[in-house]
Amino acid sequence: MHYEYAIEGGNFSKAGLASSEVKKKLRQLNVDNQVVKRVVVALYEAEVNIVAHAYNGTMNVEIDEEKILLVLQDSGPGIPDIEKAMEEGYSTASPEVREMGFGAGMGLSNIKKNVDHLDISSEIGKGTRVEMITYINRGR
Amino acid sequence: MRDPDFHHALKIVRELCIGCTHCMNICPTEAIRVKNGKAVLIDNRCVDCGFCYRVCPVNAIIVEQDDFDRIFEYKVRVALVPAVMTGQFADNITTRQIHSELMELGFTHVYEVEQGVEVLYETMKEYLENRKETKPLISSFCPAIVRLIQVKFPALVDNLIHLKPPLDVSALDFRRQLAEQGYDNNETGIFYITPCAAKIAAVKSPVGEKNSPITGVINMNFIFNKVFTRIKQRKGNSCIIPETRNLTGRAIMWSLTNGESTHTGGRSLAVDEIHNVINFLEQLENEEMKDIDFLELRACDESCAGGVLTTANRFFTVERLKKLAARAGDGVTGNKKDNNMIERAKTRLKKQIPIQPVRPRSMLKLDEDMAEALRKMKRVEEIGKCLPDVDCAACGSPSCQSFAEDIVQGYAKLNQCVFVQRIFEKKGILSSEESFSIMKEVWGSDKLDKNC
Repeated sequence: MHYEYAIEGGNFSKAGLASSEVKKKLRQLNVDNQVVKRVVVALYEAEVNIVAHAYNGTMNVEIDEEKILLVLQDSGPGIPDIEKAMEEGYSTASPEVREMGFGAGMGLSNIKKNVDHLDISSEIGKGTRVEMITYINRGR
Repeated sequence: MRDPDFHHALKIVRELCIGCTHCMNICPTEAIRVKNGKAVLIDNRCVDCGFCYRVCPVNAIIVEQDDFDRIFEYKVRVALVPAVMTGQFADNITTRQIHSELMELGFTHVYEVEQGVEVLYETMKEYLENRKETKPLISSFCPAIVRLIQVKFPALVDNLIHLKPPLDVSALDFRRQLAEQGYDNNETGIFYITPCAAKIAAVKSPVGEKNSPITGVINMNFIFNKVFTRIKQRKGNSCIIPETRNLTGRAIMWSLTNGESTHTGGRSLAVDEIHNVINFLEQLENEEMKDIDFLELRACDESCAGGVLTTANRFFTVERLKKLAARAGDGVTGNKKDNNMIERAKTRLKKQIPIQPVRPRSMLKLDEDMAEALRKMKRVEEIGKCLPDVDCAACGSPSCQSFAEDIVQGYAKLNQCVFVQRIFEKKGILSSEESFSIMKEVWGSDKLDKNC
């Protein structure tokens, strides 16, 4: 199954909608609760990252019997130092964004914790691509 | 291991149902369909919130209760009455007056459900303290919410607090007290006067408990009518003085919105009305909201004051209970006798208040087998492309999405959609006579044999 969702930069009122849609699909597919939980948490973080930092983006979801592949691609400022951005507590979010309860600097590290494979590539001034894989039957 | 099926207090009376779709459209778990012109309940989706009962224009949905005369099968006949019962009446009718009318009706004892609150409150404080790492802990007070989480938010079942609601705590304690007074347990019938359908379902098939200490359940509107008639007809000068212990303010307010959350400490939140709760839990599952310690979730607007079996306007009920609570105060600490009693009850009930973990019973999955579920999901998507997305419900399902799922599961046929029928007719696949008979299958003859 393949799904694509558009993500609008700067619109926090719509942040989380795509993640909720994916969650619904995974439930219908009878994917284990704990797996659903992890995927959705990672996906939501990644979705909010695009809303908070980029101009716009897309979320591509590919589900088969073995795994859930999520690719989030945005056009935005890019991440200058990916390794640093992965550190817990590191954040570039503006005070306004923090005031809304986002931008605590847990985003990327939280994603990493919740997926089996994470690959981030970024080009300054162009955008960022986040690829995540979660295996459905691992550790069951 | 499979759970036994849910017992449902809500029943659709076929003879009365006119197949109007009101109930189907409001149902928060999409548990109703229309077939042969009648609403049909899908058992494992229904959470007994009672919203269908509220909107039915012809009273075809009933809340099944125990026959009132059943109380007379018992020597000791206890009415277990929630505080919102008093809130059904105007200020000039006292709780004592209501309770003595209940005794005139045939009960030998009248107790208030919320007598169990103080014990539960103390137990809950310890419970919350010991389980701080689980965030948020969700109250299991409202049985419709417990069931909603089981069927729609299975990932959150571990967040539910495993403690009995005040109703069960009180019933257990009264049973014991009566036994101590020398009454035979088998001759003691405890009847709960319920403001909602979900509590009935919870008594008849408890979640996380083996069986309920409650003998039977009687609807609050039924009892209200009996009591109010007596008062109106001035039969009401009852001389019976029921023995009641005054409730604390906290206990009086417990079943209302914020009744629990104001006492749980930490970051506590209350959400009422089931559609609001669903939206909230959607967000919670994404972990959009962090650091909430305690969640009080209630299916009805204004919580139990808005129960589907209440008669009075819910806002008046809340107003009256607030006044009573302000007068009562949370004066437990001042009264040594009460304090001792709570301490004793706490020790007695300690082992009985916890319940077993609640198991998820997801209604969402298309199939147990993921490969099959994937195939079905693809079919749902394909069918979805043919459907108009107007959610008119003329097919007998509440939305185009649920209709597509029903087709894939074999419960409906694509040509039940009025839009698809037009398309098929234009293509010459379906004749208008065929469409007509298909619609008769969904809606029965009454709606289609009309002289227009």
